[in-house]
Formats: sequence, structure tokens, C-alpha cells
Amino acid sequence: MGELLKRYGGTLTGAFILLTGFWLLMLIILPNLALFETSFRPYLPVVDMGGPLDTYSVNNYAKFFESPGPMSIFGLELSIPLRAQTFINTVFYSIIVTVVAFVFSYPIAFYLAKVVRPKSVPTLILLLFIPLWVSEALRAFAWYIILTLNGPLNAVLVGMGVLEKAVRWQQGVLTNYDAIVIGLVYNYILFMLFPIYNAMTSLDSNQIEAAQDLGAPAWKTHLRIVLPHSKPGIASGSVMVFMLAAGSLLVPTTLGSTRSNWFTQTIQQAMLESQDWNTGAAYSFLYLLLCTVVVFGVMRLFKVRLSDIAR
Amino acid sequence: MGAGIDLDNVVCDFGSFRAVDNVNVSIKPGEFFSFLGPSGCGKTTILRMISGFNDPTSGAIRIGGAPTLGKRPNQRPTALIFQNLALFPLMTIWENIAFGLEMRGMGRAERRAKADELLALVDLQGAADKMVSQLSGGQKQRVAIARALAVEPQVMLLDEPLSALDLKLRQHMRAELRAIQKRTGVTFIYITHDQGEALAMSDRVGVMSQGRLQQVADPRDIYNNPVNGFVASFVGENNIFTGAVGATSSGMARFDTAHGQFRARLGETGGAAVKLYVRPEHTLFTTDAGVENSVPVTVQEVAFEGSFISVHATSDSGASLVAELRNDGSQLIPEAGQKGFMTFAAERASILPDGIVRAK
Repeated sequence: MGELLKRYGGTLTGAFILLTGFWLLMLIILPNLALFETSFRPYLPVVDMGGPLDTYSVNNYAKFFESPGPMSIFGLELSIPLRAQTFINTVFYSIIVTVVAFVFSYPIAFYLAKVVRPKSVPTLILLLFIPLWVSEALRAFAWYIILTLNGPLNAVLVGMGVLEKAVRWQQGVLTNYDAIVIGLVYNYILFMLFPIYNAMTSLDSNQIEAAQDLGAPAWKTHLRIVLPHSKPGIASGSVMVFMLAAGSLLVPTTLGSTRSNWFTQTIQQAMLESQDWNTGAAYSFLYLLLCTVVVFGVMRLFKVRLSDIAR
Repeated sequence: MGAGIDLDNVVCDFGSFRAVDNVNVSIKPGEFFSFLGPSGCGKTTILRMISGFNDPTSGAIRIGGAPTLGKRPNQRPTALIFQNLALFPLMTIWENIAFGLEMRGMGRAERRAKADELLALVDLQGAADKMVSQLSGGQKQRVAIARALAVEPQVMLLDEPLSALDLKLRQHMRAELRAIQKRTGVTFIYITHDQGEALAMSDRVGVMSQGRLQQVADPRDIYNNPVNGFVASFVGENNIFTGAVGATSSGMARFDTAHGQFRARLGETGGAAVKLYVRPEHTLFTTDAGVENSVPVTVQEVAFEGSFISVHATSDSGASLVAELRNDGSQLIPEAGQKGFMTFAAERASILPDGIVRAK
């Protein structure tokens, strides 16, 4: 603070603080507080707003647990509320997205950090970044075209004789969420790649050689030396990819089918299609809370501390 | 027990740069062998080729008589101690030491016992469950040694492992390393640019420059009978005279310089340009002219170093000379401005090729 004042003088420092304060308060804190307050009030016609019916309750939150339906989880037939089903699917496939992104990122990050000549790294990173110059919407549409029934992927696979006839990828081949998982992995993989790459560059190459010299085969060197060292990067990459995937609306809307439902779509339906901001807000906060619980649960499981991620 | 190592015409090129140039040496089983040379002379490349991290461009390396071509680092009976030690910071001390045993599939209890045994060997009992960051430099050094010994290598390769330690600890670790080598009988190959370290610890020293092995000999020979000017200068100080070789007889030769005529041992010159080298501690400052090898001088500066006295003088003909006189506690110390003579015994002075051994 004193440093800032000394460097920029009173006027500029005041402007910085005022603008930052305005941004924090007016654009983040107040809207969220307003939404939070809204989530506890009933959805009423305009005339009743502020009237005797307009009282605080948790009814909006309770809707999450209404209308149970059958769902099979790992072979178990359960009766679960529909919106909770959507939530479970969203979290499950977001985890799949995170795992797939990790599986692709780890070797690429290792290659960039430890294998390739340092001179070629900037070029390779540029090549990885170029797809990001295109907007997220266009990238999702690109995959829509690739995966469509008469699209290039089917043409190639049928042409090579891998498939007998074209399949509807968006309707799901393995699961109902295939296309969404592909699109989300493609969109967010760099958020996994770069934290891991960063963590790996700080690994002393002598450690890898020392492990080899002591008799470790390549896979054990990774398991015992490279992977533990990269853990903070993997953790922060995973949290980012998971939260981004779970919070994506565009990809599930573009690449989803009638048989897939992402929880962001549920919120969007409540807010925009039903115009019921109260319920939409309640779902949003519940979603934020539940996703945070999932993240902390997984961090606990893998013994990752918050300070590892912040590094 | 240690294994011998043979390097036959080993060459290593990095692009157009020849890092190691036609090196031939046989290291005996159980020997403490040092490669000594300035940075960039190729000594680390030799070590990396023996351990398997680099392949020779041509030539062969045999460990215990067996060719190493195509063998990966984890398939060779060598253990490397890195310059920065490369201990694993996320493992405890005993896990570090037992890492090689873990890779060989040894059970946990057995590994722990073996690690404790090695910790006792390097005098670090009680450190087993500490983390690497909790140890001092010298302790980390010992952990690195224990970790390398754990896999019972036949050859230990050490890449300037003492360079990060302070002077006192370095001298202590020298003795310690030597003792461990004697106790285990493992062949030690030691890389260093510190001539004192190489001379004090080794059975034999190989002096390197520009990728070529200049001389392989025991420390005494390296210091007293260097083969060329590079070796003479790298392992110690010299008074150097330029001149021409005159009449020779039974290994001795007359050497004519601008500062007078000297007599000295004639080295293997091979027809190259030569100079005369004599060590400051073999040079004397006297008030009477000797019978031979005597230069009239004026003392410029006298530095009292404790165990010896360093006399810097200029000859009347313009040569700068240094004499190191052992402090016997009673002699008269010369003073600046004093006139006298610098003399040296013909047997202690050598006529040597000026430069280094170059590629043929």
C-alpha cells in the first residue's frame, strides 16, 4: 500500500483502489448477495411481490430433492430426485473429463518439460495455443460438425473399415455423454496441461537420472519421482478443469443430445425459460456448494492441501 | 568388490564439438581414480558414458571386462553421485537410501534394515525418518553416498560431489570418502577440477584438457614429473623460462634463455616448442650465487603465509620469479629491495612441451 502510494502518487493510487473496490463490490459481491437473497423468496407475480406471500423460506432449495425417478448407479437401481440425477451425471462426467484431460496432458507436459530441446518449446506451446484463439462456441461447433452423422469422423472410420456404418456420436455410443466429454476435454485440456508442465519444469532432471541409475525402469521413475513432484500441478489443473467442465453451458448445449442433461442447463431452464430466478438462484448456490464439497472430498482422498494448489 | 573399467579409443561428439577425444585408460578393480581437468575438458562426459547416460560416438567401454554397448544406466553395475546429489526431496532419508533396493523388489522391512545398516556406515544413525531438507550439506553428502552404496555397485562414479561444501567439511569428507572406498573395496571414479582433492585422495590421476587425456599417473608423478606445460601448470605453480634446448646428455640438457644458461631434465618433447618449468617450492633465494641455475634478482615483495614464505623477485634481465621457502621458524626473512640469487637444482627443473597433447 505504502509502496503503491510512493510509486504512483495519491491520485492514481486512489483511482486504483476505487476501481478495484467498485469492481469487487458492485460487480461481484452485491449481485451475488442479491441473487442469494432472491433464492430464499418464492416465485410470485409482480403484484404479490413484497406482499404477505413474499416470505423467506428454503422451498426453492427443496425443489432439488423433489420428483424422484429411477436411476441405476453401477448396477444399483435407486430412486433419486430428477435434478439430483442431473447433478450426479454432471459431476460424474466432469470427473471423466478431468481424468481424460490428465491422461492426455501428462505425457505432453513431460515431453515439453523434460524431453524436447528447450529451443523448440516456444514453438510447440504456440501450436498448443492456436486453437484457443478461436472462440469456445466455434470450437464446440467444430466438434459438432466432426461428430455429426455424415461428418468427417464417420467418413474416415467407415472408409478405413473400422466401423461398418456411420454412428450417431451425439446420441452416445459408449454413454449418452460421449460428445460432451470430447468437447469439454478439447476446450479445457490446456488448463490441465500448463499447471502440470509448470510443476514438471521445476523438477531437477538429475532426479530422473538418479532414479534410472539406481535401477528404476521408466514407469517406476514416473510413479515415484515425476508424478509426486507434479502433484501440485495436477491438483490445480484438475480443480480448474473440473470446475470449468461442471460450469460449462455452451458445450453441453451444442454437443448434447435429448438423452443428456447438464446441471447448468437445468439452471438455465429455470432462469431463462421459466423466468423463475428464485429457483434458478437456489440451484446455482446449491450447485456451487455441492461442487465445492466434491472438490474438497477428492482433494482429501488424494491428500492434496489447499496450499499445494495455490502454489 | 570393485570392477575394472577399460576405455578404448573413446570418442564423444556433440554435433561438431568433440567433447572426448580418443581416450584410452584402464582403471583397475578397487582403484580410486580421478579425472582432473578444467570445466569443459570432457571429464563429466566420460563419467556419463561410463554410467550409460551418454553413448560414445566411437570406441568401447568395458566394465569388469564386459562390453557396455546398448546397456541402459539401470542395467550397469555403476552408481553415480551427482554434483548436486539429486536426493529425492519428497522421500525420507531411509526411503532415499533404499530406493535402489525398492526398485529391485526387496521387501519393506528388509529395505529398512539395510538402510539403517548403511546409515551406520556413513555415521548418520537416527536420521532415517528425517526429510532431506532437514539435513546439512555434509549430511546430505553422506546420504547420497549411502544411497549409491545400497545397490552394491562395483563402480562408484562421483561428479565433483564436494564442490558445494565449505573448506573444512570438504577436507573432512575427503578423508571419509577415501575411508569408505577402502572399506568397501569398490572402484571409485572421481571427477574434479580441484587438484588438491585429486592428489590427496587418488591412487591414480588422469589429467584432461580439451577432451584428451594428458597424463595418467600416481599423484606424486603427476606433480613431480608432469609430461607437459598444461599438466605442470594445472596441478601447481611454476617459474617458467622460454628458451632453446642446447647440448643434451643422459636425460639432462642445457637450456639457453635470455636470463642465463640453465641445466634441467629433458622431458618427452616430441619436437614441440618447449619451456623450462620449476616449482616455487623447489626454487631457493640465497645471497651467494650457486654453481649452476642461478639468476641474480632484486626482491620485490615478501608474503609471509605462515607455513611458508613467498618471495617475489625480478631478475636483472626482467624475469619474474617466485620462491616458496618453508618456514623453519628461525631463518632470516628476505626484505623487499634486497639483492640476491634465485637458484634451483637441475633435477627439480623440467624442459617440457609448452602446450597440451593434441589430436593426431
